[in-house]
Amino acid sequence: MIMEIKEKIIEKMLLLIALSSIAVLALITFFIFQQGLPLIWKIGPKAFILGQQWIPSKGLFGIFPMIVSSFLVTIGALALGIPLGLACTIFLCEWSPPAVGTVLRPAIQLLAAIPSVIYGFWGLIVLVPLVRNYLGGPGLSILSGSVILGFMILPTIISISEDSLKALPPTYKAGALAMGATHWQTIWRVMIPAARSGIVASIILGMGRAIGETMAMIMILGNAVKMPSSFLDSARTLTTNIGIEMGYASGAHRQALFATGVILFIIIMLLNSLAIFLSRRRTG
Amino acid sequence: MADRRSKKPKFGDDLRAGISKVRMLLIWLLPLLLVIPLVSGCQREKAGITVAGSTSVEPFAGLLAEEYMSRHPHSHIYVQGGGSTAGIEAVRTHAANIGTSSRSLLPDEKDLYAVTVAKDAIAIIVNPKNAIRDLSLDQVRQVFSGKIKDWGGLGASPHPIVLVSREEGSGTRESFQKFVMGQEEISLESLVQDSNGAIRQVVSNDPHAIGYISLGLVNEQVKALKIAGVEPTLANIEGNKYTLVRPFLFVFNGEPEGEAKSFLDFVLSHPAQALLSKEGLVTVLKPSGK
Repeated sequence: MIMEIKEKIIEKMLLLIALSSIAVLALITFFIFQQGLPLIWKIGPKAFILGQQWIPSKGLFGIFPMIVSSFLVTIGALALGIPLGLACTIFLCEWSPPAVGTVLRPAIQLLAAIPSVIYGFWGLIVLVPLVRNYLGGPGLSILSGSVILGFMILPTIISISEDSLKALPPTYKAGALAMGATHWQTIWRVMIPAARSGIVASIILGMGRAIGETMAMIMILGNAVKMPSSFLDSARTLTTNIGIEMGYASGAHRQALFATGVILFIIIMLLNSLAIFLSRRRTG
Repeated sequence: MADRRSKKPKFGDDLRAGISKVRMLLIWLLPLLLVIPLVSGCQREKAGITVAGSTSVEPFAGLLAEEYMSRHPHSHIYVQGGGSTAGIEAVRTHAANIGTSSRSLLPDEKDLYAVTVAKDAIAIIVNPKNAIRDLSLDQVRQVFSGKIKDWGGLGASPHPIVLVSREEGSGTRESFQKFVMGQEEISLESLVQDSNGAIRQVVSNDPHAIGYISLGLVNEQVKALKIAGVEPTLANIEGNKYTLVRPFLFVFNGEPEGEAKSFLDFVLSHPAQALLSKEGLVTVLKPSGK
């Protein structure tokens, strides 16, 4: 009898704790939208999202250059992260001797554990001068940001796509080899297509990571508010806009930063939903 | 490391379990990570007083706080940055006892009590490798508004100018706008850094950069330009020859009292003002309350 009550209490307490974490999310969502939406309505969603100029002191809040920059930096990061990540995944799954794998896997996981401010600092001290001296421009640029982000999303891409490759039924590989396919043909024509949905999901999650990164990007992108015209130009993403201006913002300016957060929130949610959708559709 | 690996889903298990674990984690964490910086404002410590605000004032406030605490071992003063506007906001909401501002109060902030504790000059800085030593105010304006885009136009060897500015809302930026730019806008092409230190860092690394920071924070990594032949020195500032000078304010919500008053009195005292003067600020020996 007493045991039963005890069990009940424990159960309810755990439920409460579980609910509180959802409540935090709900609260945050509510707060961002409550702070950001009024401004979006006031100046019009179109003027906000497609506006070219961000001059808060004059009441101009257009975040289009930042949306473009966010995607440019992310595309750049994927251009580096996808080939590197896939190559690494295939090597880990198919060729790496167990001893190499035991060193490589933790090392890749460790990439995820490095704080982003360290990536940013390294980029600022090492990468930015290289870009400035050899390619021109201020060095604080989309290119530098993309390279750093490309490395930052590697752990996400590798760990998830590796899992999806390893989860394939062994018969796929055995069958292909038995038909006379070479090892590479088997990987490229059979295994990768079969694991496609998991790999795509890993890429989309990597994208979400890239779009959300803030600290390293504040340090590396240079944060100019104009529309970038090349990969050597400085740029400001949605996240860095919030990060760099929140300290001093008040009134409508502050609301505009929350509104930037609203747009970011929607983009991230769309990406995550897409990842869920794609990873559920796993007929191969 | 072993711990980390044992947590991974076993290979060959249902893939969905693996994916969904990471997925769920990311779905929850990403939005959270995005917004946590937004909602975590300034916190107030339990004991002592909090001084928060301008990143230009922060290092000096830190020095003063240390000196004050060495004289009053039982007091504690917490010094935080965040920006002038944030500091003023913090005072209004009682999140801080003293707000620091590197710009004058705006009309809708005049209900607060502000005391000028020092004056600071804004220095226009370039890389030490830059041959330019002297610019007129008009030239600085044309450079920052984007009309002069190349060092060649100023008599140095030709190379595109890299502008480095502060973010909107910064006290230093507002003062620069007022003193130098006037009605003109700072070019949208300019890089934006969120502190004096970050601007100094960028300018010290890039031989073609130009920026503006608090004179007190100029060091050997960067070169402060003369403006129309006038060097930014204490003598020139006190003699009103160097004109890019702004107030450093302590802002209170109502008349200062208790520990905050005691700290203010210390800051306006001779030893504290001497300390500020040594750090490159212009002292105010008579408090100019508002």
